[in-house]
Amino acid sequence: MTTPPQTTVGAIRDGSWQRYLTFSLSTWVTIGLLIVVTALNVALQPTFFTTYSLTSNFATFAPLVFAAVAQAVVVIGGGLDLSIGSIVALASVVALTVMDGEPSRVAIGVLAAIVTGVIAGAINGFIVGVIRLQPLIATFATNSVFAGAALVVLPKPGGMVPSTMTTGYRSLVIGIPVSVLIVVLAIVLYWLLSRTRLMRHIRAVGGDRSAAFASLVPVVRVQMASYIVAGAFAGLAALAILANTGSGDPFVGSSMALDSIAAVVLGGIALAGGRGSGIGAVAGAIILAMVSTVLSFMGVPTTWRQLASGVIIVAAIALSVVMSRKDQR
Amino acid sequence: MTAMQSPAAPTAARWRAIVTDPIFIAAAVAVAIVLVGQLVSPGFGAYSQVVGMVRVASFLGIMAIGQTIVILSGGDGIDLSVGKTATLGAIVAARIMDGSDSRLLLGILVPVLVGAVIGLVNGLGIAYLRIPPFVMTLGMTGVVAGIALAYTGGAAAGRSAPALTGLVNNRGLFDVPGVVYVWIVLIVAVTWLLRRSVAGWNIYAVGSNRVAANLSGVPVRRNVIMAYVASSVFACLGGILLLGYTESVFLNLADSYTLPTVAAVIIGGTLASGGVGGYLGTAIGALVLTFLTSLLSTMNMPESWRTITSGVVLLVLLGMYGRQRKLRT
Repeated sequence: MTTPPQTTVGAIRDGSWQRYLTFSLSTWVTIGLLIVVTALNVALQPTFFTTYSLTSNFATFAPLVFAAVAQAVVVIGGGLDLSIGSIVALASVVALTVMDGEPSRVAIGVLAAIVTGVIAGAINGFIVGVIRLQPLIATFATNSVFAGAALVVLPKPGGMVPSTMTTGYRSLVIGIPVSVLIVVLAIVLYWLLSRTRLMRHIRAVGGDRSAAFASLVPVVRVQMASYIVAGAFAGLAALAILANTGSGDPFVGSSMALDSIAAVVLGGIALAGGRGSGIGAVAGAIILAMVSTVLSFMGVPTTWRQLASGVIIVAAIALSVVMSRKDQR
Repeated sequence: MTAMQSPAAPTAARWRAIVTDPIFIAAAVAVAIVLVGQLVSPGFGAYSQVVGMVRVASFLGIMAIGQTIVILSGGDGIDLSVGKTATLGAIVAARIMDGSDSRLLLGILVPVLVGAVIGLVNGLGIAYLRIPPFVMTLGMTGVVAGIALAYTGGAAAGRSAPALTGLVNNRGLFDVPGVVYVWIVLIVAVTWLLRRSVAGWNIYAVGSNRVAANLSGVPVRRNVIMAYVASSVFACLGGILLLGYTESVFLNLADSYTLPTVAAVIIGGTLASGGVGGYLGTAIGALVLTFLTSLLSTMNMPESWRTITSGVVLLVLLGMYGRQRKLRT
């Protein structure tokens, strides 16, 4: 690239094409990590770019991708959502129950998942924004509430997802796997969101609450909205999980809250809030998912794989954090 | 009850100070839970029943010692790896003891050393690389899980030493098992160390204002590292005692203890931002959480409603005093 990464966006005239190639240092780290894991994946698994392999890889990535975007919105707003995983579980069992295996009810199911996510997000937003509890502990508490509610809706794993959803998820549209398009959809949705006034407000609140308040940003409402948007994305993650697994599971997504936070950090989003982009979180989620694929193709014994991926993730997180601090200077 | 705590004629302001003290509220809630339990199912408040619940609470309480110190040390301090570290401690202890009292001491020392190393890595990453504690300890959770998996090869072996099991299960003086005495000694010792020793004061100094602490000659980094070492060491200790309770180990023995330790600390009135609080509150917080779980299971509530209720109670409890300041003050 001709543009040095340190150049600030403001130094390049608006409308210049170089604007689109100018990233912060931490974004370069994310891009670099993504390239490295993809290259390793391609080297170890020559069939990586076949449509079959792309379909199945992206089909597994997609739920975490949406959860990571959800987490990104909340984290950029200066919050944290430990309940993402159980919102995904709750939305998925609600949608499953509503659809009841009927292909004709897929649209209602999609709506049900998103509405469930929005309601759960509104509860989180109310508790964090209006009641003003610490986000970490508040969403830990709502996490049990949503997880319990998921168990009420569907006491044990089972049920059938309409076949149109599962086959559609693994089909091709003009030669492109649907699962790839769904990940692209996550990126497009975030890109659209980032152009709204709401997302600018979320970023302002995450950066400095008092300054945002002084600048007439409705801080409490914005904070609530960030959790609601996250809930909606969690609803989409739930649909991706249903389409991928074909049945319901009230315990699904138990590791998703922490995975989504790891993805957000790998994507160069500061946990302090105010900085980063949901698109980075998408990259972070893909990096996270591909590390384990790479390790399995490298022939690392199963019992050592978790340790290896743990060490790699800690190293990547350290790199990402240290680099994003250099941005601040 | 309150008259006993304030022998001097209390003014209205003093009454208010006592009644709004988180430790008082938490203790009152603990007593209330026992009373409600006695009403709902007679025998719940019986001496032996309460002693049994305190015994179960001691595992959570001892694991939460380190969490208290870490949260007190400020800088968004939190240790998300306590659960996994406790599990690893129990796994290593079970392997070494293998059902024999002669290896009891070694079986306690080695896991504690392992814990110290894990805490050291956490502390170094947080103090020197300045990785946010949440992310660093979350990443370490993956690494510790990997170590446990690689060490056991997927199947945990070994048994607790009979002396350890006796300490936890046999009732001694006043029909109280030894582990409860161990906990009481630790409550006194930790409270005393935090309040009356230089090391304890340094933790409060670092927690309330790092810059001021640094300018006053308090070695901030060393204190932060020590806090995380303490956290992992107490986590391992808690894990070993839990091993005495279960006698054999499994790969996720203490994993679910992580967030309850944080909840116990916050219920006990320690500020999440650090510098204010103490261990006595945490110990009572551990009692509240354990009493609540037992009450809900005695009431024959299905698991789903049990999780929902415990989440809601946690929210209500925190809503009473865990609220953050308003923007407009």
